[in-house]
Amino acid sequence: MAKGVWIVAEQRDGTMRKISFELASTARKLADQLGEEVCAILLGSGIEGIAGELSKYGVDKVYVADNAALEPYTTDAHATAIAKVVKENDPSILLLGASIQGKDLSSRLVGKLATGMATDCTDVKIVDGKFVAIRPMYAGKCYGEVVISSTPQMASLRPNVFPIVENPKAGTVVKFDPGLDPAQLKTKVLEVQKDTSGKVDLTEANFIVSGGRGMKGPEGYQILEGLADVIGATVGASRAAVDAGWRPLSDQVGQTGKVVSPNLYIACGISGAIQHLAGMSSSKYIVAINKDPGAPIFTKADYGVVDDLFKVVPELTEACKKLLAE
Amino acid sequence: MNIVACVKQVPDTEAQIKVKPDGSGIDESGIKWVMNPYDEYGLEEALRLKEKFGGEVTVVSLGPARVMETIRTALAMGADKGIHICDPAFDGADAYTTATALAAAIAGIPHDIIFCGQRAIDDDSGQVGSVLAELLGIPQLTIVTKVDVDGMSIKVIRPIEGAQLLIEGTLPCVVTAQKGLNEPRYASLPGIMKAKKKPLDTKDAAALGVTVDVKAKVARFIPPPARAAGKIIGGDDPTTKAAELARLLREEAKVI
Repeated sequence: MAKGVWIVAEQRDGTMRKISFELASTARKLADQLGEEVCAILLGSGIEGIAGELSKYGVDKVYVADNAALEPYTTDAHATAIAKVVKENDPSILLLGASIQGKDLSSRLVGKLATGMATDCTDVKIVDGKFVAIRPMYAGKCYGEVVISSTPQMASLRPNVFPIVENPKAGTVVKFDPGLDPAQLKTKVLEVQKDTSGKVDLTEANFIVSGGRGMKGPEGYQILEGLADVIGATVGASRAAVDAGWRPLSDQVGQTGKVVSPNLYIACGISGAIQHLAGMSSSKYIVAINKDPGAPIFTKADYGVVDDLFKVVPELTEACKKLLAE
Repeated sequence: MNIVACVKQVPDTEAQIKVKPDGSGIDESGIKWVMNPYDEYGLEEALRLKEKFGGEVTVVSLGPARVMETIRTALAMGADKGIHICDPAFDGADAYTTATALAAAIAGIPHDIIFCGQRAIDDDSGQVGSVLAELLGIPQLTIVTKVDVDGMSIKVIRPIEGAQLLIEGTLPCVVTAQKGLNEPRYASLPGIMKAKKKPLDTKDAAALGVTVDVKAKVARFIPPPARAAGKIIGGDDPTTKAAELARLLREEAKVI
């Protein structure tokens, strides 16, 4: 019978990604309720040394495949290796990150393992001994409670939503052969073009300062960048601003852009179209700065400022700078 | 080049989504149905590749009778033929079941590239393209913003967190489209007239030889947690308001 809560850890360039600790902490919680073990799968090249980091968050056993064919990430190689170790060990629950890599990988695994998955979950729990996953649908306009009748019961977890909890275990490392046949690997990463700005991606950001049509043009974003620099935020944009060509596509927040869950979302000059509200409604705190008191964004905002953003934002930047210096 | 574009009909992004009182689904009354925006990017790319290399574009869609309109739209945009997978047995189908049906329909026709949207904006599951690729035993290139085909080789750009990847793959393959790939065309009036004469097959589960086995089920739909309007910060001028906002973020919300 299937047993154990498993996670697929994610590393990049030999550094464990934060989502891996979120997965480990969540898996530990579920496993404790079921009285089962937490195992992690870690893939890459030259990564065995970081396996131990997972034990700090409650992982009992880390299955490591250290192989040149696993770096950089390709769907073919990673999905093949994971499917192999999963089939050999038959876990009951398998958690992955709903990161860009996790989305690509987890959905291929759904095919390989012929199982069901709840994607981009904001909560997972055990109810009467059964695994239940809660996920936003329609970009958060409604939620679904998903139950899975096949094993492993897969879920991908939205980054930045699940708490990281320290729970040190005397973890062990188990090496495994990923069983890769080079002839089977049909895709290859030719080039990695790194963004050197050092900004955290919107989907993983703790703080987001976002601008909409009210920014009036691309130049307006300079004041948002100023605020973002002070509080350590990533700058986002509404669809209107992206469609106008003021900001790159990768900055779009909303139903046809990125769905975000920061601790703080500051919406500047954003009226709050339903598509936009859907994409940011799971933010912990929402601030709206808009001169139109009737803007729908104010119905969702924890704090609202009705005024000209070009006057308020620079003042807010100064006020935050002072507070943070204290 | 033979290209397949999988399209899904979804509620318009403007639609308010109301959950039925018993939580069994969403209330579909008054909803305007459209082609999933991400599928439109995939279809547009399929049409562009056909214009460049020749061949045929087949559009495949699973869903109830109303889905016919979306297939007609795709035909009016320039696709050559349509396959409509229609069977009440597929109601509530999960990604695996949907992909099984699509794979059965596509396995029987020539295909060099299969386009899907990177996700549908209704169930947001984002799995179908990959499961389809696995069932057909071909590679996947997901969430891509650029496609370049040369002979039997394909190169794509996939943005990831903090980087962009240039990935090479072989045909046949599944490509899932992300916003930024292209600007989808509108159906022209002559296109709409021509679409009426284009072939459109309807197939049910039995015709496809598919057994429906839903593995992930939405047991209950729930409305999102209510988010009430908070405080409007008063004050005489932007400086006072900004200072008060900063103070609240620091002392009350404790986020900065």
